[in-house]
Amino acid sequence: MIKFLTQFGRYFLLLKKVFSKPEKPYVYYKQTMHELVFLGLNSVGIITVISFFMGAVITLQTAYNTENPIYPTYLIGLGCRDSILLEFSSTITALILAGKVGSNIASELGTMRVTEQIDALETMGVNSASYLILPKIIATLLFNPILTLISISVGIFGGWIAGTSAGVITSEDFVYGIQYAFIPYYVTYAIIKTLFFAFVITSISSFEGYFVEGGSLEVGQASTRAVVYSSVLILLLNVILTQLLLS
Amino acid sequence: MIRVIDLDKSFNNQLVLSNISVSFEPGKTNLIIGRSGSGKTVLLKSIVGLHEIDRGEIWYDDILFNKLDFNAKKEIRKEIGMLFQGSALFDSLTVEQNVKFPLDMFTDKNEEEKTDRVNFCLKRVNIINANRLLPSELSGGMKKRVAIARAISLNPKYLFCDEPNSGLDPITAILIDELIKELTEEYTMTTIVNTHDMNSVMKIGEKIIFLSDGVKCWEGSNKEILYSDCTILNDFVFANALAKQLRSSLK
Repeated sequence: MIKFLTQFGRYFLLLKKVFSKPEKPYVYYKQTMHELVFLGLNSVGIITVISFFMGAVITLQTAYNTENPIYPTYLIGLGCRDSILLEFSSTITALILAGKVGSNIASELGTMRVTEQIDALETMGVNSASYLILPKIIATLLFNPILTLISISVGIFGGWIAGTSAGVITSEDFVYGIQYAFIPYYVTYAIIKTLFFAFVITSISSFEGYFVEGGSLEVGQASTRAVVYSSVLILLLNVILTQLLLS
Repeated sequence: MIRVIDLDKSFNNQLVLSNISVSFEPGKTNLIIGRSGSGKTVLLKSIVGLHEIDRGEIWYDDILFNKLDFNAKKEIRKEIGMLFQGSALFDSLTVEQNVKFPLDMFTDKNEEEKTDRVNFCLKRVNIINANRLLPSELSGGMKKRVAIARAISLNPKYLFCDEPNSGLDPITAILIDELIKELTEEYTMTTIVNTHDMNSVMKIGEKIIFLSDGVKCWEGSNKEILYSDCTILNDFVFANALAKQLRSSLK
């Protein structure tokens, strides 16, 4: 318990350091642009592929579970849309990013720590926590909502392709279904969740990497912890945010 | 000048440095020597403020460094250059970007002025035509020299070197030692070098302190070290066969 509270305190002290005034805003701007490409743009590929197949599977499963004449077929499109909007595009995307981006951040910072690159920054008088972590947080907060919107679009497209190709729904019914009883707030809900998840992934992974002690073995362990803790927190936050935002 | 007064440092209640008092003079190459685990790196990192000390004072000229807050320390740190044991070059930046980094962070120079300064520093450490290379493409000796170039890019008053020739062949190690000594005299820097390399001790050790188990056991120069009465120091200095032969011939 004491260890947990100590870690909790260190996490917030790190955040305090991260959000202190930057030394040279222009240098931070350049670093943020670099992170936008590295953490954001480079994740578009994997998000697109996963979302496409996720949408396809949701559509097919919905179709096979509603094989009853009393259900109108456009409900398959509606089910696909709402499943993707409410849950999959924000939460599943976040879990995937916790694995890809989280482990990347933890191992990058951990390696910098054990090779004394962070000490080198501190010796120069640079606030290493702010310089290394703040641009990552800003980049993921800016780009992850875009990834979620991409995921929503590609997921629904994947559902349409799968549904029409497998012959479980006509194109007209699917398009009608995804427009039927549409609640725009669901998009806002997905974006809000994404913002929280982005912050959790980046800050937890940075915390794990920044305080690594030892060598390559410890860097690997920190990377694993970053993914596990981020994933668990995402799932916990998912419950809390759903209750707060949809009740 | 840097002065350390009654410094204690411990980790997890284990005392690593005990009651260290020493002064390091400008324009001289000051060496901290001792066996592995004797506390050399901890002392160096305590002096630059990477470790919080338990007790004592660290003075940079007339400023009590260890009592300053983070922002005030930053001002002193802009005058510090440090060469780390593993060079600590930023992996994702090229040689030129590494040396330019302190200039980007702490000066208002334009791009042309910064590039001129980078080229000057790289030329000074004999690194030519390597501006666009990444640290992973450099040899160990080149990495050390680039790290020195980065350390001197802001014209520091204080230079710290943690085992600058570890992992280098004897000839490259001598070149690095000579470079450190030349730069120290050229810019009248207060230079502190951690080493356990006796070649460095004999070549550049104008002032030497010897640490053993976190305690300062001896202080002197490279001219005095061969004639010391300190048994632990003699065991360290004359540890290898060549040195033992030299000692018997001195006797």
